[in-house]
Amino acid sequence: MSILVDQNTRVLMQGITGSAGSFHAGQMLDYGTKLVAGVTPGKGGHEFQDRVPIFNTVAEAVKQTGANASVIFVPPPFAGDAILEAADAGVPLIITITEGIPVLDMVRVKRALQGRPVRLIGPNCPGVITPSARCKIGIMPGHIHKPGRIGVVSRSGTLTYEAVFQLTQLGLGQSTAVGIGGDPVNGTDFVDCLKLFHADPETDAVIMIGEIGGSAEEAGAEYIAREFKKPIAGFIAGVSAPPGKRMGHAGAIIAGGKGTATEKIRALEAAGVLMAPSPTELGTTLQAALKRAASR
Amino acid sequence: MKIHEYQGKELFRKFGVPTPRGILATTPEEAEKAAATLGTPITVVKAQIHAGGRGKGGGVKLAKSPAEAKAHAAQILGMMLKTHQTGPEGQRVNKVYVEEGLPIERELYLGMTLDRVTSRLSLMASSEGGVEIEEVAAKHPEKILLESIDPVLGLADFQGRKLAFGLGLKGDSVGKFVAFCRALYRCYVETDASLAEVNPLVVLKDGSVMALDAKMNFDDNALYRHPEILAYRDVEEEDPIEARAKEFDLAYISLDGNIGCMVNGAGLAMATMDTIKLVGGEPANFLDVGGGASKEKVTAAFKLILTDPEVKAVLVNIFGGIMKGDIIAEGVVAAAREVKLRVPLVVRLEGTNVEQGKEILRKSGLTIIPADNLRQAAEKAVAAARGEKVS
Repeated sequence: MSILVDQNTRVLMQGITGSAGSFHAGQMLDYGTKLVAGVTPGKGGHEFQDRVPIFNTVAEAVKQTGANASVIFVPPPFAGDAILEAADAGVPLIITITEGIPVLDMVRVKRALQGRPVRLIGPNCPGVITPSARCKIGIMPGHIHKPGRIGVVSRSGTLTYEAVFQLTQLGLGQSTAVGIGGDPVNGTDFVDCLKLFHADPETDAVIMIGEIGGSAEEAGAEYIAREFKKPIAGFIAGVSAPPGKRMGHAGAIIAGGKGTATEKIRALEAAGVLMAPSPTELGTTLQAALKRAASR
Repeated sequence: MKIHEYQGKELFRKFGVPTPRGILATTPEEAEKAAATLGTPITVVKAQIHAGGRGKGGGVKLAKSPAEAKAHAAQILGMMLKTHQTGPEGQRVNKVYVEEGLPIERELYLGMTLDRVTSRLSLMASSEGGVEIEEVAAKHPEKILLESIDPVLGLADFQGRKLAFGLGLKGDSVGKFVAFCRALYRCYVETDASLAEVNPLVVLKDGSVMALDAKMNFDDNALYRHPEILAYRDVEEEDPIEARAKEFDLAYISLDGNIGCMVNGAGLAMATMDTIKLVGGEPANFLDVGGGASKEKVTAAFKLILTDPEVKAVLVNIFGGIMKGDIIAEGVVAAAREVKLRVPLVVRLEGTNVEQGKEILRKSGLTIIPADNLRQAAEKAVAAARGEKVS
């Protein structure tokens, strides 16, 4: 068990012929991901590396291959449309890696997905990986992961790798690691992921990584206080960030005194999350959270 | 991206948002002529800088004659205007906007931006116009009225009416306010704005409503489809290093410390800054080289960091995912050679193609201080910046 993806996940990639798409398609295949189809309009009938058939439309790819997840590497101007195409074809899990999609495109896309049996991860995220199923959907370096029982959920891509890397070095494997992305409008949030981890019998503990801006971490804290009983460690990036300056991610900005790291850390601590004092102690803090739970 | 008030008003007019008449001036003589052309008994001379709070800083002045407008412009043009949104050194004023004076009855606030909780735009109105809206929100949250906008339907007229009646508008003003909101929404959506703020929105004695101020920000990710907005960019208002970073599509923010940072990913970049602070140093910048960076982009990033004379050591922290370690290493080596690097360089490399990357660094013949993890990297960079010997 795991969340979101497992050994039955059959993946199609939208944008498989682009430079980022083709590189990571290769990496995903090498890792063991069941990448069953690619989609690039106009390139239908070709094959990727002589092993993955390419289709013109997502609908055709789903019909021919039974793909049940899509990963999107389409450039930002066309990415919103790509998400809608995947949803229209009935793909239940859509993971959008693309960075730089206009915010108003995502506002419309998210509204269009409302009420449909579709889960969107991202955009602007590293993807989802379940090491035990050898299922890697996204751009994360596969080799740093290790099968295990720790859930990872993060708004930041590379900081997710940092967390996973530290866990693996301590011998703590991961059930599933999810990057939810750093954009102000995204599909799946902390609460959604925490609920899934809560219900997953193969996840013993969770590490949650947030950053300045917005209130997704505060919402996560509320949920944790209400229902989440597994040991949980946390970290918020941007303690040293000055207000009013956008820190790379479209979402990472302290605006009007709201969304500071200090506020988020306080909210999470109050909810019982053990907070890592620095990003170099993500793994050890999770370890401490496990110990704390065991001694209770 | 930010624009000036006069540009915001130009956009407003294009979309039918009512604004006062105004003329841009870059010299006192032009300001005098502008005031004479407008012909109203009172004109207002307004400094054009990107920061808010201009009035309090002495950047907005009333003139009772064209001669007085000229005198005010002479005072404002060239001044370093300090507001709560500029740095302590202030922002140089290169342009003034001369506007007709109006018989104002009431000052209101109207703003539109993304509500991240609902993933929809929301329209905010308050009867407390002309003051800091953050202050109103903190002290009198009940005085802020909110309407959430369904992107499929757009702003509905009834929502505009709810706000109008909530603000206590009467008679003709109600319909005029609704039309104002509708036009503002179109202006926002069709230009891919990220913020539209009218503070104050004024009700005149004759019941009409007008945008006395216009603050618009735009979504950088959507500028590719708005050349008309991009043309409004005023590089003089931007930090010169940040402006150059934009040309290379790098996210760069200048900070006050002496350790230059180059990191991939916004979260890790912030975490790297946090760690530097934690071990007793100060970062000189935030720099996210982003996802699929090329060798050229890495070289550009590296040069950018070194244009800051305060930088005493450079810390490169890369956890390759979409970004490959060998590409980073090639860029670092090329840049270090090109700029004849004089400050210590600490490199921490991990992730995709990490071995190839480390190999490139080793074979480069450059003095690169390697680090195995983030904490060690930060400690080494801080020590090196202090002039200690580190290897």
